[in-house]
Order: sequence, then C-alpha cells, then structure tokens
Amino acid sequence: MKATLQTIIEKHQKDATRLMDILLDIQAEHGSVNDEAIALVASQLGISKVDVEQTRSFYHFFTKESAGKYTVYMNDSVVANMKGKAEVVKAFEKEANCKLGSVSADGLIGLFNTACIGMSDQEPAALINGKVFTNLTPAKVKEIVAGFKADKCVKEMITEYGDGQNSSELIKSMVKNNLMKKGAVTFSEYKTGTALRKVVEMNADQIVAEVKTSGIRGRGGAGFPTGLKWDFCRKEAEPVKYVMCNADEGEPGTFKDRVILTEVPALVFEGMTVAGYTIGAKQGILYLRHEYKYLVKYLDKVLEDLRTQNLLGKNIAGKQGFDFDIRIQLGAGAYVCGEESALIESCEGKRGEPRNRPPFPVQKGYMNKPTVINNVETLAHITKIIEKGGAWYKGIGTKESAGTKLLSISGDCEKPGVYEIEWGMTIQQMLDMVGAKDVQAVQVAGPSGTCINPKQFGRAIAYEDLATGGAMTIIGNQRNLLKDVVHNYMDFFVDESCGSCVPCRALSVLMKERLEKVINGHATKNEVNELVEWGSFMKLANRCGLGQTASNPIITTIQNFREKYDALTKDTDYVSEFNMETAVAASCAVVGRKPNLEH
Amino acid sequence: MSKKIVATTSLAGCFGCHMSLLDIDERILDLIELVEFNKSPIDDIKTFTKQCDIGIIEGGCCNSENVHVLKEFRKNCKILVSVGECAIMGGLPALRNGIDIKECIDEAYLNGPTAKIGNPEGILPNDDELPMILDKVYPCHEIVKIDYFLPGCAPRADLIWNALVALVTGNALELPYEVVKFD
Repeated sequence: MKATLQTIIEKHQKDATRLMDILLDIQAEHGSVNDEAIALVASQLGISKVDVEQTRSFYHFFTKESAGKYTVYMNDSVVANMKGKAEVVKAFEKEANCKLGSVSADGLIGLFNTACIGMSDQEPAALINGKVFTNLTPAKVKEIVAGFKADKCVKEMITEYGDGQNSSELIKSMVKNNLMKKGAVTFSEYKTGTALRKVVEMNADQIVAEVKTSGIRGRGGAGFPTGLKWDFCRKEAEPVKYVMCNADEGEPGTFKDRVILTEVPALVFEGMTVAGYTIGAKQGILYLRHEYKYLVKYLDKVLEDLRTQNLLGKNIAGKQGFDFDIRIQLGAGAYVCGEESALIESCEGKRGEPRNRPPFPVQKGYMNKPTVINNVETLAHITKIIEKGGAWYKGIGTKESAGTKLLSISGDCEKPGVYEIEWGMTIQQMLDMVGAKDVQAVQVAGPSGTCINPKQFGRAIAYEDLATGGAMTIIGNQRNLLKDVVHNYMDFFVDESCGSCVPCRALSVLMKERLEKVINGHATKNEVNELVEWGSFMKLANRCGLGQTASNPIITTIQNFREKYDALTKDTDYVSEFNMETAVAASCAVVGRKPNLEH
Repeated sequence: MSKKIVATTSLAGCFGCHMSLLDIDERILDLIELVEFNKSPIDDIKTFTKQCDIGIIEGGCCNSENVHVLKEFRKNCKILVSVGECAIMGGLPALRNGIDIKECIDEAYLNGPTAKIGNPEGILPNDDELPMILDKVYPCHEIVKIDYFLPGCAPRADLIWNALVALVTGNALELPYEVVKFD
C-alpha cells in the first residue's frame, strides 16, 4: 500500500494545493482514505494530519473505511423518491443482504444514500463505483447484484448506452440527454474556433463591451452581469489571474450542465479561453462535480483536440503570446462547493468552506489571485455572443433577461428533460410544454429557490420575476408536499451545511425538527410563525448562499401553501410531543423494573 | 406594589446557573426587596406553598422526576424562564443522547472504573422509589411551554439580574453586548 501511496503523492509533486487529487486517487486505488494514508500524505506534503483529515472528512465520497468492493450510492433526491427509490433500496437490501448506510458483512457491497446526482429526468438512479445507473427497478437491481456476486466489472454491467455522446467510446454511459428542445444559443449550429478566431482580432475593451451589450447574466442562478464581473477582474493590477468554470451542478433537480458538457463541451472551453484572453489569465480550471466523473476521459480528449487545433495551449489561433490552458478539477461530493468561494477552497485542496467577502474572487480568488468564475452555461453562451454579437443575444428573451435559458425539468410530468427556452416563458406554458397535468406545486430553482402554487403559474421565468438556475421540479397533486418534498429538502440542507456558521449548522436542524412536529400534527400555529422568524434569521446571519437559503423550502411553502400548515397545526398555546411511557421504556427494561407512570 | 414571588429549581444541571444568580453580589439585598422566594434551593422551601409569578429553571430533563418538577413549576408559575444551556438545549448531560441507553447504564453501574469498585455485585438501580431515566435528555421547552430563555453556560449574573428586574418591574430588558457575548 505504501508504495502505491508514494507513487500517487509523487505524481502530484507533493503539492498540498492538489490534495483533492491525491485523496481522489487514493480513494480510487484503495477504496478508502484510511488513517495510515492520511499520516503518510501529511508527512510527505509537509502539512499536519488534521489538515488532511479535515479535507477527507468534508467530502462525501472520501471514506475512512472501505465502502465495499462495489459501492452503491443511491440518489436520495425528491424526484428519485417520487419515482420509486424506496422499492429499489429494498431490493438492494434484500439482494445484497445489507442495510442502507452500511457495507455487507462480506465487504462486497456498500449501500449508501447520496444527494442528487443530476439524473432527475431518469430516476431512480444510483452511482455504482462511479458509473451512473439510471431508471432502476427491483428487477434490474437483482441483475446488478448478481453481477457483483459474479465478480463482474461494473463497466460490463452497462449494456445499453444513452443517446448522443453518451454512447461514444470514451463515455459509454447509460445516461440519456433527454434534450427535448434546442434553442437559438446553447444548442444551435456552431463551428468550433469561430469565436476564438474572431476574438484574437479584438482587444479586451471591445470584448467586455460586447459582453456587456449582450446583457448576459450568470446562469448559475445568482444572475450577476458577466461583463461587469470580467471588467472588475480585468482591472485588477495583479499579473497572474485565473478563469474557472463552475460545473459543480449540485442543486437538486438540475442537470442541464451535464448535457452541455456531454454534447457541446468545446463551446464551454472556448468560452473559458475567451475569458482568459480578456482578463489576461493563462490558466483555466473546470471544477467538475464528482458525480460527473464518468465524463472526465471524454472531456480530456476534447481538451486535447482543442490543443491540436491550436485553440488551446500556446499562441492560440495564431496570436503571439496568447497562451491559455485548462485542467479539470474533480470534486468529491459537496453541494456547498457550488458556492464560488467554497469551490476555490476546494480547488486549493481544502474543505469547501465559503470565504468571507470581500475580497471577492475577482479580487482574490484561486491562490489569492484575481479569478473569474462562471457557470458552464454562461461560458457556452459567451462563445455564441462573440460569434454572433452582443446585440443578437440581447434581442432574445426579455428586457432584463437576455438570451435563452436551459431548464432542467423533472418530477410529475410526461416529458422530463432539458429544454432551451427564451426567458419570459410562463410556468403554465412550461407545464403545457412538458405535459404536466394535475400540478400541486412547482419548485423553481431547486430547494434553495421557491415553491410556488397554481395561482402563481402565470408568472414568468426571468430575472425580473422568477429567477432560476434552471431546476424545475414539478410536484403533482398526489404528493404530500410537506412530507415528500419539504422534509427531503431540509434533510438535504442539514447534510450539506459546511458547519461554519452556527445558524446554518444548528437552526436548519431545529427547523427540520419543527417541520416534523408539524407533519406529526403536534405543532401549534404559533410554532409555524416562529419558523418564519427563524428563516429571516437564517438569511441575516449566515455567510453564504447555502445557509441564507437553507430555510427556503419551509419559508416559501409557508408563504404559498399556508393552508397545508394550518390544516396540521393546532390553534392552542402549546403542544408537547413528550410521552413519559415511551421515554422511560428502554431504561426500565435495562435495569429490570416496571415503569411507574404514577410518579 | 406587592412583591413578586419567585421559585427556582435545578433539574439536570450542575447548579452553576444558581451560582451565577448568587454572583449578583450585594444586589442580593436589592433582590429581596423586589421579590419573595417560594420553592427554591435558595431558601430550601421544598414544595410550592403558593402561586408564583416567575419560575426559573436550570437544567434539562434527564429523568422522570425532572419532568414531574418541571410540570409542577408550569402549574404553579405564571412565567417560566429557561436559564442556561442545559435548560435550553440539554447541555452537557445531553452528550449521552447519541449513545444507547443500555450502554450508558452499563458504563455507569457495571463497566466504569468506579463502578467496578463501588458496585462489585453489579446491581442496577431499579427501586420503585427512584426516578426513571429518560431515553434522552430533553430541553425544557419540549416538555412544557417556556416563556423566556436566558442563554449562557452559565448566563452571567448581570443577564439574570437584568432579566429578573425587567420581569418584575415590567421595564424593557437591557441587553448590552457584554452581557450576552460568550467568547
């Protein structure tokens, strides 16, 4: 073991800022990152054991002990549960003879939950040794576990491949694109290199002006004007700068970046290169969530092809001194790393804890150098804006929301998938487009967004009304909104809090417990009102977007579905859930006495 | 104006919050001008002899007796105040909440270093007169309605004093930063 560890450490030049890569390699090679590995890594990298340990413990896909020869991570998202996850888990438990959250006695199979893996349009889904399995059924589970027992390679168990590039030699995945609607920007015809060849004839002022003219705003959800971000970064005096692409698509219910990276990755890389040219960066990093690891080989090949075509590397597109290259940084399972400053920390090999701002990443980002971080979709659009001009882009969409938007639509509808729409479409139009009837609610922009009721279905998808990074989860009337949806989302936030800010760490747990009290019919109306107060505290006192929005599933459903809370709560002063009989039963049994409830 | 009547108790606590109350020093002389104590370790009155205005609760509930006392306080006091970390969150005793109850009892009475010497026969306390251990340590507000919470471990004397004076006089509570900062 020591020899292979040594090889891994040396492969990464004993560089502590590449600790993520080192631990990823160790986990892949040994099936765990145990204490022996931690001690060796620490001594070789010249950092403390705690530094290594805290990175290991932060990420979901690093495990201290072996997680089984075959590790099954079941997607635990709302949509997975809607589509029959419970039955699939039951089948795994029965066939593999182990409980969810544990490894089978013979060490063969580990079965765990994981947060949304970006497959909401093909649930129930799971990651098995890093490979994606979609549309699982108890019958398929039986086959899969039989494969485990026959010592089959996971790759061999995938016999049908998805559409488009999913079936290409370097991906060979069963994932489907479900690209239901192509629009004018992301999925329109394009010849790779057109934008870069145009850009080398322009100066940075002209490019920033073009991007500003286009009116493009960040596609990750926050909607910050991209031109402005670039302008800020460009004006920083520091000579070394970086471009990063945020492909940590972790918001449950979002999966559009996966389809972009599968079908048009060159568009994204070209956008990053344009950004590099504009701000004066020589290096770019694509931060790819671990769940999309199955795309790495393919993406590396795309990068290689771009180098061959002189669209990446030295003197790009024939322009002397225009050097730029891109590397892929894999995550290891942490929603909060989608927050840009946490993403930077993660890229530097640390726990993905958001930084205090200011300074902003455009001032002090990766390695404390000015850094532009953009979403996958934003960067793809940049390429098209350079090709066709800012004015063309501005002409699409609404006044404040230029261009098109990819929606990841899933849940209770006939045609889940990725849709490229023009901003301004109403929720009702969207529901008609995907064949959704009998809809109780739409979760706009994922758990951190808003849950809206049918009276609001006339609202428009646009920054001026319903802003979204693209996740649209449709919840039919047959669902129990609080139990099936809101509670799952709160579980998610409790799990994904980095723990740095007390309100996010503690209050999200208390809010979840209070929600359970509501669901159990033991809460008072006043306790629901208290939840609203706590929610405003979460917005006020947490450092990053995760913490500030972690109470949204509860707060927005109280706003828009108050009647559901009212139906379950009592208009009394106080209700206790405490029950003496159940509370003393265990201890009385242990000491051997009969509970005396007359006490 | 007649004096307000105050009762206090320490449930699953360490009496540190009561000690903190005594840290009001000479203001204790002002306090007895303002209030009269009923059931409390301070005057050693064991049972309620009249209806009280304010009940001060230290500690959470780890056994059936704590629950009983807390419910008595709710019955006999107009206002209940949870004082300190243990009453509000369970505090240090709640560290056992993640551990199986059998493991806790075995450690305390059978396996722990002092248990082996002090309890060689390995007797588990099961007399009917003894309080029954709860499955976990509960914060007070999960058992009865609590009106106010004074955080701290222990809350500093000034906080308890300011809160008591505000409750008794009906004036607004003064909460300068120094009184509620904890680190």
